[in-house]
Amino acid sequence: MFVSMNWINDFVDLSGEDIDKLISRFTLSTAEVEGVEHKGEDIKDVVVGEIISCEDHPDSDHLHVLKVDAGDKVYDVVCGAPNARAGIKTAFARCGGSVCGMKIKSAKLRGIESFGMCCSGKEIGISDDHSGILELDASLKNGTDIKSIYPIDDVVFEVDNKSLTNRPDLWGHYGIAREFAALCGRELKDLPVAENDYKGSDTVDVDIVNKDLCFRYTSVRVENITKHVSSNEMQVRLYYCGSRAINLLADITNYIMLELGQPMHAFDGDKIKKIVVDTPSENFTFKTLDGNERQITPETLMIYDDKTPVAIAGIMGGLDSEITDDTKTLVLESANFDGVCVRKSAGRMGLRTDASARYEKTLDPEMTLTAVKRFLKLLFDEDPGAKCVSAIADVYVKKYPEITVPFNKKFVDRYTGIDISSDRIESTLSSLGFAVKRNGDDFEVKVPSYRATKDVSMQADIVEEITRIYGYDNFDITTTYEPLLPVRPTVRKVNENLIKDTLVKRYHLHEVHTRIWCDPDELRDIGLSPEDNVRLLGSSEEQEQGILRTSLIQSFLPLVYKNRTFDDTFGVFEIGRAVKGTNPDNTANERRMLCITLYSKEKSEKNLYMEGVDIVNTLVSEIKHSKVKYKKRECVHAWEHPKNTSDLYCEGVCFGTIGTVHPSTLKMIAKNCSIVCIETDMDIFDDISANELDFAEPSRFPDVDYDLSLIIPEGVRFEDIENCWDKKDIPELTKTSVIDIYDTVDTKSITIRFSFGLDDRTLTGEEVQKRIDGIVEKLSAKNITLRS
Amino acid sequence: MRSWLPGKVKIMKDRINSLKERFTKELSEVKDQSSLEELRLAFLSKKGSVSQLMQELSKIPNEQKREAGALINSFKQEISARFDAKLEEIKKIEEECLINSTESYDESLPRNIRRGSYHPITLVQRELEDVFRSMGFDVEDYSEIVDDYHCFEALNIPPFHPARDMQDTYYLTTPNQLLKSHTSAAQNSIMHKYGPLLKEKGRPIRAVFPGRCFRNEDIDACHENTFFQMEGIMIDKDISISNLIYFMKTMLSEVFERDVTVRLRPGFFPFVEPGFELDIQCLICGGSGCSSCKNSGWLELCPCGMIHPNVLKYGGINTEDDPYEYTGFAFGLGLTRLAMMKYGVKDIRTFNEGDLNALSQFVSK
Repeated sequence: MFVSMNWINDFVDLSGEDIDKLISRFTLSTAEVEGVEHKGEDIKDVVVGEIISCEDHPDSDHLHVLKVDAGDKVYDVVCGAPNARAGIKTAFARCGGSVCGMKIKSAKLRGIESFGMCCSGKEIGISDDHSGILELDASLKNGTDIKSIYPIDDVVFEVDNKSLTNRPDLWGHYGIAREFAALCGRELKDLPVAENDYKGSDTVDVDIVNKDLCFRYTSVRVENITKHVSSNEMQVRLYYCGSRAINLLADITNYIMLELGQPMHAFDGDKIKKIVVDTPSENFTFKTLDGNERQITPETLMIYDDKTPVAIAGIMGGLDSEITDDTKTLVLESANFDGVCVRKSAGRMGLRTDASARYEKTLDPEMTLTAVKRFLKLLFDEDPGAKCVSAIADVYVKKYPEITVPFNKKFVDRYTGIDISSDRIESTLSSLGFAVKRNGDDFEVKVPSYRATKDVSMQADIVEEITRIYGYDNFDITTTYEPLLPVRPTVRKVNENLIKDTLVKRYHLHEVHTRIWCDPDELRDIGLSPEDNVRLLGSSEEQEQGILRTSLIQSFLPLVYKNRTFDDTFGVFEIGRAVKGTNPDNTANERRMLCITLYSKEKSEKNLYMEGVDIVNTLVSEIKHSKVKYKKRECVHAWEHPKNTSDLYCEGVCFGTIGTVHPSTLKMIAKNCSIVCIETDMDIFDDISANELDFAEPSRFPDVDYDLSLIIPEGVRFEDIENCWDKKDIPELTKTSVIDIYDTVDTKSITIRFSFGLDDRTLTGEEVQKRIDGIVEKLSAKNITLRS
Repeated sequence: MRSWLPGKVKIMKDRINSLKERFTKELSEVKDQSSLEELRLAFLSKKGSVSQLMQELSKIPNEQKREAGALINSFKQEISARFDAKLEEIKKIEEECLINSTESYDESLPRNIRRGSYHPITLVQRELEDVFRSMGFDVEDYSEIVDDYHCFEALNIPPFHPARDMQDTYYLTTPNQLLKSHTSAAQNSIMHKYGPLLKEKGRPIRAVFPGRCFRNEDIDACHENTFFQMEGIMIDKDISISNLIYFMKTMLSEVFERDVTVRLRPGFFPFVEPGFELDIQCLICGGSGCSSCKNSGWLELCPCGMIHPNVLKYGGINTEDDPYEYTGFAFGLGLTRLAMMKYGVKDIRTFNEGDLNALSQFVSK
């Protein structure tokens, strides 16, 4: 919203104040100012000039050669405006003056010297009109400064509308003037209004049928309007504030909206017999005054002339009842509608107007009557012949309750942490329009109606009023004093950090973030589609949009596909969320998952898979001091490999899956590549209790090592033979380590080093041999032979 | 002293002298340890020259044995010493040879360094978490799917607030559930988790909760529908606006590792009262105005405010009877935005599009 300081000055005398500083304070105390413009600074020495003569330029088909009387003397001027003609008065910029930041100098145009410039409205910054030069009133004296005719000099600033969402009172200049008055401790003047002098019994017939959506409707009928153009001052102010002049009646309604924040609508009086406010019973189309057809639904509040729709309440009037330049009689609407209804209707129609933007903010219904009286005042000032032909109709359906807030200074001290005097509290609140009752440090304040619709209702709100005017820059700031208490990071956080560090630093993986929903197009590229799952409401079912992922792998395979040229070998991971269907109570079963995907064009799938196994074993060993058990399982997802998909177990709990990718998906990602996917449920993993770190004092006597090379027949898993050397049976077995693995399709052999030791002496060769014999015996019972 | 030497001794002496000459000559020809060892054996082994001399000693008359023995001994000691010296010399030469023959390595040869990378959000998040933990904050985590109550109602956001429109928020097909639109959605749960400690043990609630948020936006270089925030709250008896400003200034100075100037402006959020927009003086121009701060000298950084009495009530902190028994403040930081500022990332899509050419650069902070 744009604010004109000239307009503000109508309501509060700011003489002597540094306006720029004041506007900065407005940002800090009220709402964010996005920009300040000093209007008229670049307009100099522009005066009323009379065109005495106008001849065509001999060398041009559109230029004219003029003689312009600018009061001091007659100037020769070359001018291209199509409306330049002898006898009119216009805005004339003499040589040495300036318009729109451009200095006026004498110059030759097609061989003829020009000593000044006739200006359009746009050139002196008071309108968008650049179709021709301004045509001024013939009664004006030549040489009169243009700034005494148009209020060109002004400071205009723009307030960020978003920062006004909770302040319906700030959607007009009068409310903003109140803030300035409070900020400088000056008095806010009363708004000049006119009373209705109609004494008869006629009134506009107003019937509010839907009393939930219309809170108040105030109206009056006026006749005998003869003037159709508003004053220069009104036009310039409207233009400076982002509106534009249309005709007198429209201009006054717009002016009042910008001044009070109260939207108004003027109907052509001949078209309105009875105002009815209601929602329609069925859909229909309605032509608004911008000429567009609008779809009206039964939720949309409408204004009717008896049964004929004439306006969309709070949004826009209809074309058929629009006032025109010839309108002589009007019916005025100054109403208060439900903000949510207006917002939703405007949203449905895609038609957000200045009026609807204001209604959305929950306007003060007290304002409608004041606005009507203000309208009459402005109308009579502009067009003294106009007269009311009805009493003011005022149907007031919903009045907001009065809000009174009691508090004392001690509360303010505690909430602010600083000492603001009771006198200051009183003067601040009074200047903002609160009715203050004070007894020493005890207060009781009545919230003014324009702050009571939703903004101010409790003590904390009152503190804000006091402190924002006091200024947060003026606060003494202090620390808190609390007992010293330990802060321990959660298991979840510790584990997450450890996992990320291990994967990045030790396995050189790249952390990525992927979206919680599937991208059906990306999945289709690799021959997959989203699985049935919880989805976003309103998403397209045919296009499989907005389906949440059941597994991070649904995000990772497309990601690997997109990055397949990044490197021949790489790995990515994420700790993110997936949704595994719904819980018994029908809520989404959100799971925090760790997903790791390894990709290579160089390594065999088997090697890559075993790298994945290494990673899982490392994580479990570091975090849980435990071992992982792998159990092959049937595949359940389309991308899983039927043979190499295994569940991961730790301490008997299944916490994830490792697997390679189904050949049909794999071939879509890249030729001759290998991919391994690991996904673990972090919530389950975190809940598995970690084994204590088991420290044993190292023996001073060296271990005796013994290597055995075992030939493992096809189909036998190593874990099936591991129990041949259980530590429980052989307490002297301190360690086993893998020395060598020979692993081809037909033979698998492994060399294991067994280390034996005691705390108090070194074992003898015979003792070691005895244990080895025992192991070998158990092995041969399982048909495991030794390599010679 | 006797002026002459008896015959046998003289012969012995001559033999020693000639042996000495031979030894000196042969020693000078020795180049390595093995030929030195050969020479040593020739002179000092059981069958070596010195042993032979010793055997010959028996032929010498008794009265001259002593003198001749002394001569042999001194000869033996002399050559032993010279052997040792020569051995040291050879070892040194050999070491030098080894060193000289060693290749001088070229460190500048190109090597492939394998490095993993963290997501930039992780890096920024960790830095902030460290700052907050150092200031006594618990670091909490929260789900991405929340219900309407936690995301809106418990935060005093009225039923028809625009934020609750489907155009802005991703609702789910499950009843009353949605993807959280702000980290504030965790406030209520955090209050219920730490409230009892506050009331029973006087342990103030100090917690931050980073998390991923979702808003229905069309994606472009500046807009994302999936982004990260970090929310923080502090609740105790008598927490004041003055404390809030102090804390925010201290915290942000720590985050940016320099003394930052902050200013507060009124800002409206239903879950705080009063609510503020906190600006910091532009870190690039220092407040004089530049393109980063759109010439204002200030950067809008984080919304904050005193927690709304209704929110404290819903969080089980205060009761209807005393809505101000405990007070507190809350603030929100845009992690995604901070990461963009910190690393000069211009396109917000970098974070979620998973292009490893971009992400693999974030090896560490």
